[in-house]
Amino acid sequence: MSENVAGASWKGRGLRAWLLVDSPESLFHARCQRLYLSWRAFSANPIAMTGLLIIVALVLAAIFAPLITGGNGTEQVLGDRLLPPGAAHWLGTDELGRDIYQRIVWGSRITLYIVGLVAIIVVPIGMVIGTVAGYVGGWVDNVLMRFTDIFLAFPRLILALAFVSALGPGIENAVLAIALTTWSPYARLTRAETITIRNSEYIMAARLQGASRLRILYGHVVPLCVSSVVIRLTLDMAGVILTAAGLGFLGLGAQPPLPEWGAMISTGRQFLLDQWWVATIPGIAIFTVSLGFNLLGDGLRDVLDPKSEGRA
Amino acid sequence: MDDRTGTKAAGACWRLSPPPFAVKFANLVFTLALTFIGLTAVTFIIGRVMPADPVLAIVGDRAPKEVYEAVRLQLGLDKSLLQQYWIYVSSVLHGDFGRSIMTTQPVLDDMIRFFPATFELASVATILGILFGLPMGVLAAVRQGRLTDHIVRVVGLLGYSVPIFWLGMVALLIFYARLDWLPGPGRIEVYYDGIVDPVSGFILLDSALQGEWEVFRNALSHIVLPASMLATYALAYIARMTRSFMLDQLSQEYVITARVKGLSEIAVIWRHAFRNVLIQLITIIGLTYASLLEGSVLTETVFAWPGIGQYITNSLFNADMNAVIGGTVVVGISFVGINMLSDVLYRIVDPRARV
Repeated sequence: MSENVAGASWKGRGLRAWLLVDSPESLFHARCQRLYLSWRAFSANPIAMTGLLIIVALVLAAIFAPLITGGNGTEQVLGDRLLPPGAAHWLGTDELGRDIYQRIVWGSRITLYIVGLVAIIVVPIGMVIGTVAGYVGGWVDNVLMRFTDIFLAFPRLILALAFVSALGPGIENAVLAIALTTWSPYARLTRAETITIRNSEYIMAARLQGASRLRILYGHVVPLCVSSVVIRLTLDMAGVILTAAGLGFLGLGAQPPLPEWGAMISTGRQFLLDQWWVATIPGIAIFTVSLGFNLLGDGLRDVLDPKSEGRA
Repeated sequence: MDDRTGTKAAGACWRLSPPPFAVKFANLVFTLALTFIGLTAVTFIIGRVMPADPVLAIVGDRAPKEVYEAVRLQLGLDKSLLQQYWIYVSSVLHGDFGRSIMTTQPVLDDMIRFFPATFELASVATILGILFGLPMGVLAAVRQGRLTDHIVRVVGLLGYSVPIFWLGMVALLIFYARLDWLPGPGRIEVYYDGIVDPVSGFILLDSALQGEWEVFRNALSHIVLPASMLATYALAYIARMTRSFMLDQLSQEYVITARVKGLSEIAVIWRHAFRNVLIQLITIIGLTYASLLEGSVLTETVFAWPGIGQYITNSLFNADMNAVIGGTVVVGISFVGINMLSDVLYRIVDPRARV
């Protein structure tokens, strides 16, 4: 009876009231409420919102690149070489007369491609190793964690360099090299989370109900690890972008004529003294996007991880 | 009565199990050995297994069949992979990384020649990072939630996000090309080269010890720019961690006690809280130092700094696999070594970690 009263209290008062009512009526209602409350905390955080704005702008630029630029970033007009920023070419042109603004916008696709691929490779590997090690424990834990520690101890960029030098330059190889040195912290992180979750009472309850190990792991443990993995991933993406740009700068990442930002800096370096914009502008793009991920991750940590409130 | 049996049992226990220090030491050695095996295994796979044909890379595709076969046997490629790995590990343990194609010297000799420059750069950068990062972190913690705190947070995030190789180029453009305040790329002006005997390999240290102040000044003006670029990351990381450790300490009860006793705020922060922060920071500084050592690869390329990073990238473009792999192993070992060292140092300094 009382449930009905509470349930009716939001009726006819709009979406906000429905989202804020004390007793949700269904699983869907509860999930919507939870999402809304997190969003309220998140959107009150200026740092996080700035980050989100930058990332959304990046994604939009990548999706609508043909519409925004009206070109494909590879058309060469040799008569318009190295023009300074102006009305015809907002950010100037490079050594082959290509519009730098177009190339930056098209380059956002490459950046997102690299970041996305690394995330897709790294998160499942790290989470599977971490949850299994944490949940099973014993010698399995020992072996898996020693293995993880070895990769954790490696110098990232140098190993990526060696890796790419053996496989040959290219985006896919750069992604593989970065992924190889990025997965290990995720295993450590999910293992630590799993160990604390494993001993809680609701896991015990699930076990008493006869749930299988696999069901407990992937139905109960993994969902709880997601928030800390997401925070870590967002913060890591900034580093991934910097490493990828560094590899591109050395000529080991994306190959010309692809408009990869790091490679653009590398070619612009020859004209640095007289045509500063060729090398400087792609750097600003890298800086902005990397900052965006850092701001977003930092803000997400404030919202999703109550343990670290006001800390670090 | 009960008490006495308790101590007796504890004493017996002490005699049966090895002292805790020995256990920790054994553990450390075990971890170190495991990491070494991992490092060599990965570099072995990268250097010997992944390239399509290492023989072809050496002899070229016009070599007659006999030469090809001879080189194949010489490289030991007819043996099993496990045997090849064993040969590789034992030669690494002997310090034998083969010869560099580019310099025609043994790779280890090249390493010894190039390493000090990188160490010097990373050391100066770490020192700069500590000098600026520590006070920033402490200040942010003391003024938690206020404007200073937010500024430090944003500066930290900027330091994490900037591509250092790009920042280095922009800095060269501004301070060298436009303003002419600082010298260009390189470690020292050519005409000062070779005046100082390379005793430690650190030009700054050597020139100061030998009283060559002009050389010292020139070397210092050359290192300022690359070291400050490299220090942006160190500064961000150290400031962030200092803030977080400091906040932790300031909420402890002994800080309240100190305040109740009527100590000045400066004494509470620097004499009481900061001392405990400093101990925790040892590990962080070790981590920073190690990461700068490898982070110098790109900075060295931009500033034409004759260190290990430039050596590795140059070898890369000359397909000089021995040099690349040797460099990776040497940097990897020093990376792991510095991290372990800071861990051990932390245990020695902090009595709580010894228990």
